[in-house]
Amino acid sequence: MIDLVIGALKAIVIVLLVLNLTGVLLWFERKGSALIQDRIGANRAAVFGVGRRLGLPNLGLVNTLMADPLKLFTKQDFVPEGADHFLHGLAPFLALFPILITFAVVPIGDVLEIGSQTINLQAAHLDVAALYLLAALGISVYGLALGGWASNNRWSLLGGIRATAQMISYELALGLAFLSVIVTYGTLDLQQICRIQGGVWFGWLPRWGILMQPVSFLLLLTAGMAESKRVPFDVPEAESELVAGYFTEYSGGKQAVFMMTDFAEVLLVAVLLTLFFFGGWQVPWLYRDGFHFPGPHGAFFRLPNYAIAILQIVSFWVKTIFFCAFQILVRWTLPRFRYDQLMQFGWKGLVPVGLLNLMATALVVVLFGARY
Amino acid sequence: MPMWLFFFLAALAVIAALGVILQRNPVHCLLGLAVNLLDMGVVFIGLGAVTVGFLQIIIYVGAIMVLFLFVIWLLNLQAEGLSGYLGLKFFGAIGAAALAAELAVIFLHAAPISRLVAAPATQGSIASLGRSLFSDYLIAFEVTSVLLLAAVVGAIGLARRIPSSVAADRDEQMRTSISAPVTTDSERRERRSA
Repeated sequence: MIDLVIGALKAIVIVLLVLNLTGVLLWFERKGSALIQDRIGANRAAVFGVGRRLGLPNLGLVNTLMADPLKLFTKQDFVPEGADHFLHGLAPFLALFPILITFAVVPIGDVLEIGSQTINLQAAHLDVAALYLLAALGISVYGLALGGWASNNRWSLLGGIRATAQMISYELALGLAFLSVIVTYGTLDLQQICRIQGGVWFGWLPRWGILMQPVSFLLLLTAGMAESKRVPFDVPEAESELVAGYFTEYSGGKQAVFMMTDFAEVLLVAVLLTLFFFGGWQVPWLYRDGFHFPGPHGAFFRLPNYAIAILQIVSFWVKTIFFCAFQILVRWTLPRFRYDQLMQFGWKGLVPVGLLNLMATALVVVLFGARY
Repeated sequence: MPMWLFFFLAALAVIAALGVILQRNPVHCLLGLAVNLLDMGVVFIGLGAVTVGFLQIIIYVGAIMVLFLFVIWLLNLQAEGLSGYLGLKFFGAIGAAALAAELAVIFLHAAPISRLVAAPATQGSIASLGRSLFSDYLIAFEVTSVLLLAAVVGAIGLARRIPSSVAADRDEQMRTSISAPVTTDSERRERRSA
């Protein structure tokens, strides 16, 4: 019984966390882009002017987190004439669902001990979690493809086709990056991958994956950004060519769901980078019993289990938010790829590099044995 | 896998398969097939073949079905009736009857469920799959990869854009090789007059 309650709690917490973070990321993007483009950005709505009376600057949080969703979900839900009603309605959820379920296998901390209970801070423990991630990413194409097709609009269809072509092309590079990482760690279990990255090299350097697989990191970063279809990889929704691509004909709540998918994907890419290359929930020099600082005198600082768990969770989200911010920064500073450039870059750039990296990784593992 | 889950998935698979053959719109048919294959993947996972199940989803649902969707769009297939396919219907009925008979024979001769032995849980793991692929089935595995490579090279050869200079060369060759035996108009006129 208690296991069931804990399991349900973990599932609810992670889903709510992700759904709310999509809104926070939207705010982050609005304010961040305003900062980059020397604008003020969202700053209008307020709750009874409380902030102004207290003399606080309006950061636009009310706009983005309350007024906007309210507006979107109360708007008319318009379905164009001749559209496939069933698929038009299904598509946004078909896009969001696979991305949301990936977070089930993401470990946000090691173990938390409450009384006699040892809680694994991961909603679902799966031995083949990496395969599960790839499967979910593979299915996520359908929402966009069908959304574009079901809208009965040329721009939408073109956007859907571009999105599909782009996603299956970059999935290859993504898969190759995954494979190199898996060969390096020798496991598909994400919690295990995080645990392996604990400890230090040379007495002080955290054993994070970025030092073993720098090429893989760049591959995953690039292919992941292409998977989330944001600038510079946003030809599927290129507004100067296709109005808004596959979600041209969407309004109100369904459009909001597509937007949430977008930010959930950004979050997913950030989570993957954190897990595979930056130790996941690892805090440098923090072990199961506390801090073991490096140095000749090696200071030791004992910490209780719950403090360690909190530090790990904070560490995980700090790293993840950093990579989200990085993606937003890239989005607002780079121009868009042309379609042919995009395909060339994917097939002739990333895929060969990924293959070479995988071969080199396999060679090193076979010759010297896994060093982890 | 609990029995009720199996029956739920089995029913879903049958409904999706019926959707493939009963829907008029090719995209809806394709979706039925995708749901069916996804369902099969889940059944595999439920039966302990976790790796195979996920690979089924990644490859069939995530890649092959998407390519099918592309082909449907590329050929611009529209919804259509079955009126033109009466002959196909006839042969289809014969094929279906043969398949049903075969299935019935197999089921009648199959070992009873009580005598079936569950595979050990380790058999479906990625480690055991990899080990058997690269030891027992190494030759088959390598031959298959060569076959796929040949298919890829062939597809590129068919689809590549020929550089204009090469194309001009080739056209010139074809023109000379074809025009050689063909008599020109003036020759023909001379022959007729002669």
